[in-house]
Amino acid sequence: MSSSAVHSLWTTAAEGKLDKIPAPHIEYAQLAPTLIVVGAAIVGILVEAFVPRRSRYYVQVFLSVVALAAAFAAVVGLAAGGYGTTKAHIAAMGAIAVDGPALFLQGTILLASIVAVFTFAERRLDPVAHGNKVDSFAAQAASVPGSDSEKAAVKAGFTTTEVFPLALFAISGMLVFPSANDLLTLFVALEVFSLPLYLLCALARRKRLMSQEAAVKYFLLGAFSSAFLLFGIALLYGYAGSVSYATIADVVSGSVQNVNPALAGTMGNDALLLIGGAMILMGLLFKVGAVPFHMWTPDVYQGAPTPVTGFMAAATKVAAFGALLRLLYVVLPGMSWDWRPVMWGVAIITMLGGAVVAITQTDIKRLLAYSSIAHAGFILAGVIATNADGISSVLFYLGAYSFVTIGAFAVVTLVRDAGGEATHLSKWAGLGRRSPLVAAVFAVFLLAFAGIPLTSGFSGKFAVFKAAAEGGAGALVVVGVVSSAVAAFFYIRVIVLMFFSEPKADGPTVAVPSPLTMTAIGVGVAVTLVLGVAPQYFLDLAHSAGVFVR
Amino acid sequence: MNPVNYLYLAALLFTIGAAGVLIRRNAIVVFMCVELMLNACNLAFVCFSRLHGNLDGQVIAFFTMVVAAAEVVVGLAIIVSLFRSRHSASVDDASLMKL
Repeated sequence: MSSSAVHSLWTTAAEGKLDKIPAPHIEYAQLAPTLIVVGAAIVGILVEAFVPRRSRYYVQVFLSVVALAAAFAAVVGLAAGGYGTTKAHIAAMGAIAVDGPALFLQGTILLASIVAVFTFAERRLDPVAHGNKVDSFAAQAASVPGSDSEKAAVKAGFTTTEVFPLALFAISGMLVFPSANDLLTLFVALEVFSLPLYLLCALARRKRLMSQEAAVKYFLLGAFSSAFLLFGIALLYGYAGSVSYATIADVVSGSVQNVNPALAGTMGNDALLLIGGAMILMGLLFKVGAVPFHMWTPDVYQGAPTPVTGFMAAATKVAAFGALLRLLYVVLPGMSWDWRPVMWGVAIITMLGGAVVAITQTDIKRLLAYSSIAHAGFILAGVIATNADGISSVLFYLGAYSFVTIGAFAVVTLVRDAGGEATHLSKWAGLGRRSPLVAAVFAVFLLAFAGIPLTSGFSGKFAVFKAAAEGGAGALVVVGVVSSAVAAFFYIRVIVLMFFSEPKADGPTVAVPSPLTMTAIGVGVAVTLVLGVAPQYFLDLAHSAGVFVR
Repeated sequence: MNPVNYLYLAALLFTIGAAGVLIRRNAIVVFMCVELMLNACNLAFVCFSRLHGNLDGQVIAFFTMVVAAAEVVVGLAIIVSLFRSRHSASVDDASLMKL
């Protein structure tokens, strides 16, 4: 393109009349799930500003749950209207895809978020302080830990009800993330869900220094990885001349023949494609917590307030795997010979690394963090399958895994001693003698993580490994089964510790939660058993949702 | 001047930023290095926009600036709260959870 032609793009002759700029065409009804959640988050901020402090908690919890339920109803409405299958298309001027995987993952994220908001709202675990009920979040995040201002805030009964709008903003980003259909939307959605999560990590009521440290680590590493993602986007933009998924896919597959000779240096340059694709994958693999980009996971999971950890472990993983699937299946299928070997390696070291390092852990939250890394590896095995079953099995696995995770972290919040949650494993010895019900529920979750038959973990793993084997990744399945066996060892070890060892005299107590946490745990157990005993309906649902639009 | 030279500059700035994140110890400086990486991305976007003769890249650069500004707000809040409770912004001192 000549330089004067390029110049005319951003200058106009003074005497010429400008044409009217056409307004973009936005399908608001099809974007309703996201819009409802964003709207509720903004209303939540207004609530913080105008509603009296005493009633803020009730208003915020009500608002969040109603908004998430309404958004879920909108997702179900869209799916019932056929947008997941026959009417799947690309909305909002090519920015958002409304298709089966997007709706399935949005529904999963919303349901998991409702359950997570219940655990956020729990106020019966800690003893009443100065006549005020307290939740898991700092009385006043700005006050220095241990200072007079913190004591004054606790005494005045302040609570950080901002966590609910923050969570809603994060959820809105997560809803867009798996449905983003261009790289710019992908990046903005990534930041929209990451920034509130960084803040939520810093808000623990107990062990505040650890919580702030977790937030700093998550923030710096998250910003680092999103810079890589952005540079990758820049390189792919240079490669294809567009950030739209469909255009990039066309250029990758070579179906665009009219390459401008002036652009021969960039457009279609394989170096840009390979480096750019690798950097975008790096950013997404960081978010799913795959080895070697997992370093943040244990520290952040341990330091963050436990309800936030559960939310993060479940919903972030669902959103990030959705975006990863769409990127690999829609944008880069033309170079699957290039990315498959890399993803093979990542999946293998993720499965083995997560399972082996988890054995040495002595803190229950760190143990669950490494277990989530291993699970990321199992899901990656399904991603690598590159067939229709690969998509549907990953969708099913994500749905099954997210509820188990939230339930397991909800149980962790119940086991407490004087310093807050007793997360060291030695404290959990003999828990089965002291409170059999809580220990039994936790054992169910651990068995689901281990993938024992009749739990959702087994159906999920079976679906993923079956897809991987059919997709020609048989060796990966062998590694997966071996690392499942390694992982089963430390899950069973915790069960043995809970049921077959003597309780210590100064052991922790098990708090009696309100119906909110009971619901969260109950939903986790119900989903675990239903998806384990009768998974067929949900497998069919995932299968019918497993087609991307492009 | 060949616009590709700006791409080399962008890659160089990005590398300097990434190296800074890895070797500097003060959280504020680490954060500034991340911002440098984002600005390198902006330069690359604008340069590719010029090469391709479409405006997408320039628009994306605006989005990146807004995102970077939002990141500054959140990041500084977290780093300042850490500094106030520890009287140090060193990322090496923050090691309560080391195994």
